[in-house]
Amino acid sequence: MHRTAKTIAAFSLAFAGAALADPVEDTLVIEGGDGETIEIVTSAPAPAHLADVMDTIYSGWLYREDETRDLQRDDFDNPGMLYVDRGLDLWNSAIGKGGESCAGCHQGPETMAGLRAVTPRVDAKTGALMTVENYIDACVTQRMGLESWNWTGNEMKDMLALISMQSRGMAVNVAIDGAAAPFWEKGKELYYTRFGQLEMSCASCHEDNQGKFIRADHLSQGQINGFPTYRLKDAGILSAQQRFVGCVRDTRAETFKPNSDEFKALELFVASRGNGLSVEGVAVRH
Amino acid sequence: MVEEVKPRVKVPKSAAAGEIVTIKALISHTMESGQRKGSDGNLIPRKIINRFTCDLNGVNVIDVAIDPAVSTNPYFEFDAKVDAAGDFKFTWYDDDGSIYEDVKPINIG
Repeated sequence: MHRTAKTIAAFSLAFAGAALADPVEDTLVIEGGDGETIEIVTSAPAPAHLADVMDTIYSGWLYREDETRDLQRDDFDNPGMLYVDRGLDLWNSAIGKGGESCAGCHQGPETMAGLRAVTPRVDAKTGALMTVENYIDACVTQRMGLESWNWTGNEMKDMLALISMQSRGMAVNVAIDGAAAPFWEKGKELYYTRFGQLEMSCASCHEDNQGKFIRADHLSQGQINGFPTYRLKDAGILSAQQRFVGCVRDTRAETFKPNSDEFKALELFVASRGNGLSVEGVAVRH
Repeated sequence: MVEEVKPRVKVPKSAAAGEIVTIKALISHTMESGQRKGSDGNLIPRKIINRFTCDLNGVNVIDVAIDPAVSTNPYFEFDAKVDAAGDFKFTWYDDDGSIYEDVKPINIG
C-alpha cells in the first residue's frame, strides 16, 4: 500500500498529468483442493473493440493489496469458497415443488463449465439476453415450480458462485456481434453516459483514471472477470450487477435494479471489455 | 454471512517425523458480537465461537480463547510438530453450547 502510494507520487512528479496505469506485476496461480493448481490470466492484450482506448486489460486482482491478493492464491484462504460449498449443498438438495434438484437434471455442477465465460449471451430461442442469474431463475421458476429467488439473495448468489467456479481459468469470451450487437451497443452507451449529481460515467473512473486513487481506492479497469467476488468490506459475495449498483449510487444517482435491461446490457459490455482474461470463479476484493 | 456452521481444516497428508507442519482451520460462523442492535432496536444476543482447540493424538497443540472482536468466519493458521502418525482433532466451542468437531489424519513418511 505504502509502496504503491510512493510509486504513484514518484510517477506523478515524473509525468505530471499523464494517465497512470500501475497495476502491480504479479502472477496468479491458485492452489485448489487436492494439490491441483490453476493458472489465471490476469493481463491480456485488449480486445479489438477497445483498440482506441487501451492496449492491455488487467484483472482487478492486480490493483489490490498484497494481503488481499494472497487470499485468492489458495482456495482454503478464499472466503468465497464457503459460499461455493453452500451452493453445492443447494445444487444437490431436492428443493423443487416436485422434489427436483439441480443435480437431477444436470448431474454434477461441472456440467456448467464454460457458461460463466460466455455470459451474458443472447438465448437463441427467445432472443433474450441471459446472464447466469437468468439461467438459474429460468430453472427455478419453470422447471422447479418455485418463486423467483431474490436476485441478490443468498440462494441466487451461492448458486452463481458455484456455477462460476466451474469456468475458473477459462478465458472470458462473450459474443458482441450478431444477435448480441444491439444489447452490446446499449451497454456501451450506458458505460459512457454520465449519471448522478456528480455526473460521472463508468469511463470517468475505469477508463480515464484507472490506476489512480479516488480517495483511498485504487481505481481498476472495472473488469468483472472475477465476479461474483468475495468482498471483504461486505464479508459476503457480490454479483457484478450488485457492484454496478454501488458504483452508480456513488455518483449520487438513482440506480438501475439488478436484472434490469440496463444492467444486463451493461454487464455484457463490461464483460466484453475483459475478453481474454480468465474467469476467476470467486475472486477476493476489498 | 454464512449462517450454517461448517468447519474446514487443511492438514498435510503426510510429514517427516519431527517435521513442523502448517495447519489452517476455518469455521463459517456469524460471530454475532452482542453489541449490535437489530431492526427492532433491541440488542442481538451474543453468539460467538468462544474457544478453539487442536489436539494431536490427545496432546494439546493450541487452545485459543476468543472474544467478541474476532470477525465472522474465524480463521486460524498455526504450526505443529509431528513426531508420530495420528489424528489431529479440532474442536470449536459455541456460546450456545454447541461443539463442532473435525478430525484429520496425518501419516509419517
